[in-house]
Amino acid sequence: MSARGVLRALPTMLRVGFAESIAYRAEMFVWVLSTTMPLVNMVLWMAVSKDAPVGNYGQVDFVSYFLATFAVRQLTSAWAAWLINWEVKQGTLAMRLLRPVSPLWAYASENVAGFPMRVVVAVPVVLVSVALVGADKAVPQHAWGWALFLLAVLGGWAITFLANVAIGALSLFMDSSQKMMEVWMVLFFVCSGYMYPVELLPAGLRAVIDWLPFRYQMGLPVELMTSAHDLPTALGLLARQWAWVLGMGVLAVTLWKQGVKRFAAFGG
Amino acid sequence: MVRRYLRLLGVQLKASGLQALQYRADFLTEGFTSLCWVFTALAPLFVVYGRRPAVEGWTFGESLLVVGWFTLLQGVLEGAINPSLTGVVEHIRKGTLDFVLLKPADAQFLVSTQRFLPWRAFNVLTGLGLFVYAFMLLGRGPSPLGVLASVLLLGTSTLLLYSLWILTVSAAFFVVRVDNLTFLFSSIFDFARWPSSVFKGVARGALTLVFTYVIPLALMTTFPAEAMLGRLPTVSLAGAVVGSALFAWVARRVWIRSIGHYTSASS
Repeated sequence: MSARGVLRALPTMLRVGFAESIAYRAEMFVWVLSTTMPLVNMVLWMAVSKDAPVGNYGQVDFVSYFLATFAVRQLTSAWAAWLINWEVKQGTLAMRLLRPVSPLWAYASENVAGFPMRVVVAVPVVLVSVALVGADKAVPQHAWGWALFLLAVLGGWAITFLANVAIGALSLFMDSSQKMMEVWMVLFFVCSGYMYPVELLPAGLRAVIDWLPFRYQMGLPVELMTSAHDLPTALGLLARQWAWVLGMGVLAVTLWKQGVKRFAAFGG
Repeated sequence: MVRRYLRLLGVQLKASGLQALQYRADFLTEGFTSLCWVFTALAPLFVVYGRRPAVEGWTFGESLLVVGWFTLLQGVLEGAINPSLTGVVEHIRKGTLDFVLLKPADAQFLVSTQRFLPWRAFNVLTGLGLFVYAFMLLGRGPSPLGVLASVLLLGTSTLLLYSLWILTVSAAFFVVRVDNLTFLFSSIFDFARWPSSVFKGVARGALTLVFTYVIPLALMTTFPAEAMLGRLPTVSLAGAVVGSALFAWVARRVWIRSIGHYTSASS
């Protein structure tokens, strides 16, 4: 499939994806409500930091950190691994493979098309955060801050999506990669800054986490949103993030291409 | 009557057991994933207690007991309650609930015992392991009376979880698509990882009230942990027993109402 063909098909795929996300909006809403873990952690850390700040974080900082986490989670989530697992098991992947555009584009556009709905959820949370802690702690302070934040969100989404594709593609080699996905999720929860700012971890552990992809899925966009870094540090971290995007991209596409060769659907 | 139902339960358990034995590799993966999830429950605990010796009057060892109860109940929820009730939702959507309703036994009993995932018992073992470790850290054993009370509370917690589930499933008769609600429920259950008094400082204690009376999460994990430590007031114990019985009664009423609301596939 040529690049031109993909470009021609993309608007239609996005439109279909958007229509789907509107059709299942109630479901989407329940999904949103079920990502309440940042709120649990917010309350917890508020209790911990009631008398004295923890590291650099006081009660107010925890509120802005975890509300930002909630918003970023909405923007960067992807569920392609579950979808691929399901379609491989059911054999319906065959239908996708018949189309002239790679299924990977379809998964990506379905994901991206849900974006407007997710922004609708994320923006009020950000506004609440501004109301609670003030604009100087809740959102980036400079224009470059906003630009870097948007870049980081995009990178975070790309890593999440590509990791999903890579793990989903593994289901073409084994029966199911659901358990694998669960292990990935556990590592994500523990290492990404989703449950606590990574800054609070001991220095040795933090050095390891800096090299893993998880922090760049969640922690980095959140830190940029709450202006935790100066420009040089932020640029350095962003470079690492996009290195991961590239690495994940190569891994995901290779696994997918090798995997699809092994795919034999019913009657195939 | 009771004997007939006990035999029926035996049959259903045996069927699930045989099915589980078919997939022996599940034993290992189940164990591994259960350990992984315990790790996510413990990670924030380590981070928090690396900074503070105690949070709202709970030390590390004591909070570990709460996580232990959380893990144990998660095993009960995912092994015994979740699978059968997800089955009900499937029945309702496909219209096959008719077959269940036609059988000469109580429909609620039939649907709640239709499927168990025995390997999830691994979570229960992990929970027990956490208790042992916690008491080693605390440097003392639980009081015998406390253990007795906590076993009683295990019963009430299971009853509460089950009733909450029956209520959720009853909603399926009206809105059909509730498989998402299971995720919602598990994410609310996340709050039960922490001693309920941790939430005291927020919104003037409103959260603690909600988690004790509206969604009784405190009753499920904090109360048993306190009982093991021998500091649960008798009034709270009595309240938990009466409260959960009342809750179960309400759930039963709602279930009967919802069944009446059910229009089968053919009508």
